[in-house]
Amino acid sequence: MDFIYYFGDVFTPLSFMLLLGGTIGGLILGATPGLSPTMAVALLIPFTFQLEAAQGLILLGAAYTSTVAGGAVSAILLKIPGAPANIATTLDGHTMAKQGQGARALQLSFLASAVGGIFGVLLLIFLTPVLAQWALAFGPSHLFWLAILGVTVIGTLDSASVVKGLLSGCIGLWLATIGFDDIMGAQRFIFHPALGGGINIIAALIGLFAIPQVLTMFAKGRHHTGAEVIEVQRHSILEAFRELFSRTRALSIGTLTGSIIGLIPGVGGQIAGLVAYDQTKKFSSEKDKFGTGHSEGVIAAESANNAMVGPSLVPLLTLSIPGSPTAAVLLGGLLIHGIFPGSDLFDNHPDVAWTFINSMLIGQVLMCIFGLYVAGLAARVAQVPQSVMAAIVLALSVFGAYSVQGSMGDVYVMACLGIGMFFLERFGFSAAPLVLGLILGPIAEANFIQGGMIADATVGKASYFLTGGLNLLLITVVLASIAYSVWMELLHRRYTTKEEAQA
Amino acid sequence: MKRMIAGAALAFMSLTGAAVAEDYPERPIMMMVSYGAGGATDFQARIVTMTSGNEDALGMPIAIINKPGAGGRVGWNWFATQADPDGYTLAAYNVPHFIAQSIKGGVEYSTDSFEPIANWGADPAVFVVGADSEFNSMEDVVTFAKENPGKLTVSGAGLFVGHHIAALQIDKAAGTKMAYIPTKGGGAAAMKAVIAGEVMGGINNLSDAFRAQEAGNVKILGVADLERNAFLPDVPTMMEQGLDVDNSSVNFRGVMVPKGTPPEVIEKLSATVPEMFANSRVAKKMEAGGSPMHIMTRDEVIEMWAQRQQTLNELLAGL
Repeated sequence: MDFIYYFGDVFTPLSFMLLLGGTIGGLILGATPGLSPTMAVALLIPFTFQLEAAQGLILLGAAYTSTVAGGAVSAILLKIPGAPANIATTLDGHTMAKQGQGARALQLSFLASAVGGIFGVLLLIFLTPVLAQWALAFGPSHLFWLAILGVTVIGTLDSASVVKGLLSGCIGLWLATIGFDDIMGAQRFIFHPALGGGINIIAALIGLFAIPQVLTMFAKGRHHTGAEVIEVQRHSILEAFRELFSRTRALSIGTLTGSIIGLIPGVGGQIAGLVAYDQTKKFSSEKDKFGTGHSEGVIAAESANNAMVGPSLVPLLTLSIPGSPTAAVLLGGLLIHGIFPGSDLFDNHPDVAWTFINSMLIGQVLMCIFGLYVAGLAARVAQVPQSVMAAIVLALSVFGAYSVQGSMGDVYVMACLGIGMFFLERFGFSAAPLVLGLILGPIAEANFIQGGMIADATVGKASYFLTGGLNLLLITVVLASIAYSVWMELLHRRYTTKEEAQA
Repeated sequence: MKRMIAGAALAFMSLTGAAVAEDYPERPIMMMVSYGAGGATDFQARIVTMTSGNEDALGMPIAIINKPGAGGRVGWNWFATQADPDGYTLAAYNVPHFIAQSIKGGVEYSTDSFEPIANWGADPAVFVVGADSEFNSMEDVVTFAKENPGKLTVSGAGLFVGHHIAALQIDKAAGTKMAYIPTKGGGAAAMKAVIAGEVMGGINNLSDAFRAQEAGNVKILGVADLERNAFLPDVPTMMEQGLDVDNSSVNFRGVMVPKGTPPEVIEKLSATVPEMFANSRVAKKMEAGGSPMHIMTRDEVIEMWAQRQQTLNELLAGL
């Protein structure tokens, strides 16, 4: 119960000011396209030079939690996912916003974020030693199967047809191979210097989601702007509360999936939202409503991506191994004050460790309060005329892609992928499976090659990848997931033929 | 258009060279780090440049920008081909990484594309094994590797980085063949593989290994450097353990500018920057973070680069 003892430290005037500033600043940075949580935290590191270690970490911890949640704002209102974590939020969230329910979507997303986030931090507080062992249990072979499990989701995710979903997944897998390969040292598909480092995931996200939308708006022309203005419905916070807790299935699946996936080093929060979204869809009784502005989709995605925040810090705080890029930046923030994560942190600097963890707990609550406050105001964005909106989203997209690493190359990549996606969408392809392929490709490939190298030197590929409890468990889940998709597809077909027969 | 402006600026600068040196720097300076935010190079670059705004240093702040990708190739390619040689664009170098990459080809730079300014840090590669490993010295490791050729798995941060060079040197010195497993995700992923027991040993940065040893997760068996390190006075060097491994794999970090930067600017920078690194506040922060400092002047770095070029040419020739 150490953490309760150190709660007081969070509420000293300076600490609380920092917490407040970090939360509000984090929400704004998170809502800015192109500024991922990792970059937001890195931008704040210099400010911590002048602060005490505990206070510096309060600022960073608050910023981390609120940037993850803030990404939902641009995902819902502008269809620009601020980070990979927010991809799944756009699927239903943006559709809700287009129907004038932006306020409802935002309120639900912030409430779900807070629930997921608090659960994740509580896991961090109470189960850290156990979780650390779990995090280490995932070796290359397990991460490979985990990535394959993600691939099985591709076909069913946000697509009218399984074949088109798989095809766009394949395009994503191909895009992921572009660039220098770190493990084998090979150069693949580098036609332009801008592609040397591969396709930047944030630039790709902006291009794939925002640009087709901009082009569609421009294609409509200016004539009908008057008729297009959406009536923004007000939505009371109390109702959002009630709705959230009536959707317990989405909330619990999202929170649990996010916590488990967040724990695994290297996979991290990138896919937590998408996997939770897909799982919730599979278990839901209203499957058909997903993708059409269904609140379960937003709740699952947002509770998952904030639940991942706490567990993702477990490998860093206990073993001194940063499990995600953001954790690596936080490690820098600790080192600069001469604090080594690991047993040293909890034994010799408990004030720093617990104040940091407590600040993330309070940060979740503050984030939720401010998020709910802005939700009503922000939702009015939908009233902006389409021609103006298109210009704003385009400008933000270019700014976002450029600011990822200050390079025009990323802007070209964004534009090319965006224009390509515009035409693909015309043929019924969708961006979400493509992005999933882009994210999972490198994870599956790197772990397969690496595991293969270890296997060749030791027990051989077959027994390395196919034996052991965790491997077998993951393979079973992969097979079950494929079987489920096939079964649903067959069932769906039989239904349609029956209906056709009746008609 | 950009080239015309650059050309005009260059002509203008050559006319007023002396004046430029006197006024330099007139505006904030940018320093490119070719690794991601939060990595060891980025972290150290931010510390060593934090006092540049002081009157006794450059009098202007240095802003860090990150251009990560492909093990540093993206950033250094950009720096060699697109950065303006006006003294307002600096970059951090990592030796032996960029020299080894230029020898293996596929990049647009070599040691001739850059002018070194000063070196701030030297992070030797060390050999680590899990805390419960049966290996207790490099001798144990070499004995096992000789009895089981190709079976000793050793993780490192990637191909043609310091860790890989150290593995190649150990193999060459001991006449062994270890299975070097490059990881994606840098030194942290390689260290995780050692702690989790996925590999039998690993080669990692001294600073990261020191932290992991403090946390009780690994044992450090040897340092690939000429002398023992102040952080690890009890750990013998490879040479002390009978392996002919010199300091070629030590990760030197420092500052450079593109070729073609006016000599007056280079002179001013190479006089001021080592002083800036020597600032006591910088030293304190670096030590707290477990990052070994090693300040070298421009002339020393030029010599070090030339030496590395030669050793790496020989070592990588057969690969």
